[in-house]
Amino acid sequence: MTAWTLLIIAALTAIGFFVGQARAQGLRNAGAASLHSLPAYHGLLMASMALAAAGIATLAVALVAGSDSMIMPAAAALLGTGAIAASHRLITRDFRARNRFEHFVKLVLIACSGVAVLTTIGIVFSVLFETLAFFGEVSPIEFLFGTHWSPTSTPASFGLIPLLVGTLLITFIAVLVAGPLGLLSAIYMAEYSSKKMRGVLKPLLEILAGVPTVVLGFFAALTVAPLIRNTGEGFGLIVASESALAAGLVMGMMIVPLISSLSDDIINAVPQSLRDGSYAMGATKSETIKRVVLPAALPGIVSAFMLAISRAIGETMIVVMAAGLAANLSFNPLAAVTTITVQIATLLVGDQEFDSAKTLSAFALGFVLFCFTLVLNYIALRIVQRYREQYD
Amino acid sequence: MDASPQKSTLSNSPRILAARDTKIVASDVNVYYGEKHAIKHLSIDIPDRAVSAFIGPSGCGKSTFLRSINRMNDTIDGCRVTGDILVDGKNIYDRDLDVVQLRARVGMVFQKPNPFPKSIFENVAYGPRIHGIAKSKTDLEEIVVGSLKKASLFEEVKDRLDHPGTGLSGGQQQRLCIARAIAVNPEIILMDEPCSALDPIASARIEELIDEIRQNYCIIIVTHSMQQAARVSQLTAFFHLGDLVEFGDTDDMFTTPQDKRTQDYITGRFG
Ligand SMILES: Nc1ncnc2c1ncn2[C@@H]1O[C@H](COP(=O)(O)OP(=O)(O)OP(=O)(O)O)[C@@H](O)[C@H]1O
Ligand SMILES: [Mg+2]
Repeated sequence: MTAWTLLIIAALTAIGFFVGQARAQGLRNAGAASLHSLPAYHGLLMASMALAAAGIATLAVALVAGSDSMIMPAAAALLGTGAIAASHRLITRDFRARNRFEHFVKLVLIACSGVAVLTTIGIVFSVLFETLAFFGEVSPIEFLFGTHWSPTSTPASFGLIPLLVGTLLITFIAVLVAGPLGLLSAIYMAEYSSKKMRGVLKPLLEILAGVPTVVLGFFAALTVAPLIRNTGEGFGLIVASESALAAGLVMGMMIVPLISSLSDDIINAVPQSLRDGSYAMGATKSETIKRVVLPAALPGIVSAFMLAISRAIGETMIVVMAAGLAANLSFNPLAAVTTITVQIATLLVGDQEFDSAKTLSAFALGFVLFCFTLVLNYIALRIVQRYREQYD
Repeated sequence: MDASPQKSTLSNSPRILAARDTKIVASDVNVYYGEKHAIKHLSIDIPDRAVSAFIGPSGCGKSTFLRSINRMNDTIDGCRVTGDILVDGKNIYDRDLDVVQLRARVGMVFQKPNPFPKSIFENVAYGPRIHGIAKSKTDLEEIVVGSLKKASLFEEVKDRLDHPGTGLSGGQQQRLCIARAIAVNPEIILMDEPCSALDPIASARIEELIDEIRQNYCIIIVTHSMQQAARVSQLTAFFHLGDLVEFGDTDDMFTTPQDKRTQDYITGRFG
């Protein structure tokens, strides 16, 4: 039935266009020289009326009677034809078909952005409700301030703190690595490198950004972690085989291209006139970069960092493979820690009943993650607004 | 490299030169952008404590020559300068001259106001800070306030020195840029069409300002306005297609130009 219905809708839309156009053309031929809109707009408007009427009828029937119902094509045909008949009468010399049609287009655009926004809101609310359900079983105080996380043991305990510390530790290591690397390479590319060098470097860095995180993950687990372990043991240190350091280092490599590429664009956007002004004052290149270019680019650089941090906090694959599952509350980069994302992944892998506290806790973790990135983005936005200066 | 000895048509030495020290002596200067020969065998003596105006049709090389006086051409890829430019008798293209120190002595004001995205105070303090001119904080404040006063901007901004310089009006921004240039105590100030982005009232203020400070500096101003050249300058140089056609006292230049091309230009017959 669906195919038939679609066919009918398409046919009615086409018919609407031709009928509308023909009617307007007829008016014009009959001597109505000052038709408000061009005939094509009358056609487009009638077509969109038919499309909207038939489409809405179809959706309504499908929701009420199911998409197998015979009523569906019938309703589409009926309402579509009705719309054509109704708008046929509207077409007169003064009818502002172009304005109506443009209004219709605007409504369609609003509807599209509405879908994206509503979906996001829907996801947030569904996570929120599951989180509330979880808090029915485990008290929020215990969740937020508990220092022990073991959802599978009996009795289970759901303390967020070790996961939070693990996440922050790994993210901190990642930013510690990627911040200087990314920013300095951006400065090199934007200010010092020749055009040719930049043409080589930038694509290379972007390839690094394109490496799937699962590949980076096993690189971290199989190459970097043993390397750190062996090196550490050479110095007599105790290093877990899945250390926070390994995961953080590799995650840092993941966000280097993000930081450098964004910062490079931002530094390049600083107008040449500011550099000229500084050089003309007798400033050297490094003074100009430090005192004029970077401050001017600061808001953009800060938001690049924030973006990179949210990326790192939400990253799952690398930490699943390299960071381990043990929820140790530890600030030691050489110890094994786990992160929020790792726990969500492990909680929801395999068969699940959707009402146990164990499964629901994944939603609570997801909600925490969401709040985290939200706050980060908000801070980034505020910093940007605060430092924003017009360049010219 | 074109090293033929012919000189540009350097006109009679201006009367006014006799009364003052020469600050800048350029001899047989050529500037190339890649293959393009933008300044051709230019020689000129520019006096101290006076305003010299560079006029000429668009693309004739005024900015190019101006930029070779503080070596801002160094920052342009493919730009090459030959010949000698002496400031106080010292060749600024000598290998043992540090361009950073040269630019502290030769300030520049650009066509479009380009204050840094910093506070008004920090804009003016920029030069003194990087050159380590101020000994103390009060010293720095004195320099900033003094420069703003010289640029006749202080009264308008004295309550908001910590506000961003980019928040000022176009004319105020341009005076801020002049204050910024003055703050390092330059001997020469180069101005490339400093009023072209400003309305007549703001331009008039800049002209007044130039008139007030000209006793202490060697000022060169590029302008497209004959009236402006006539009002602010004591000497005028007319450029045409990379040549210096005529250089002389402004009064003479606008009343009895020597060259046909100068006459055509200032009477608006081409350009
Ligand atoms: N960066 C550059 N690269 C290549 N050619 C240049 C460059 N800058 C200027 N030129 C050329 O050199 C010549 C002189 O330019 P210049 O900017 O000095 O002219 P101008 O007299 O200042 O003109 P205007 O009055 O329009 O500012 C022009 O033909 C111009 O095309
Ligand atoms: Mg110019």
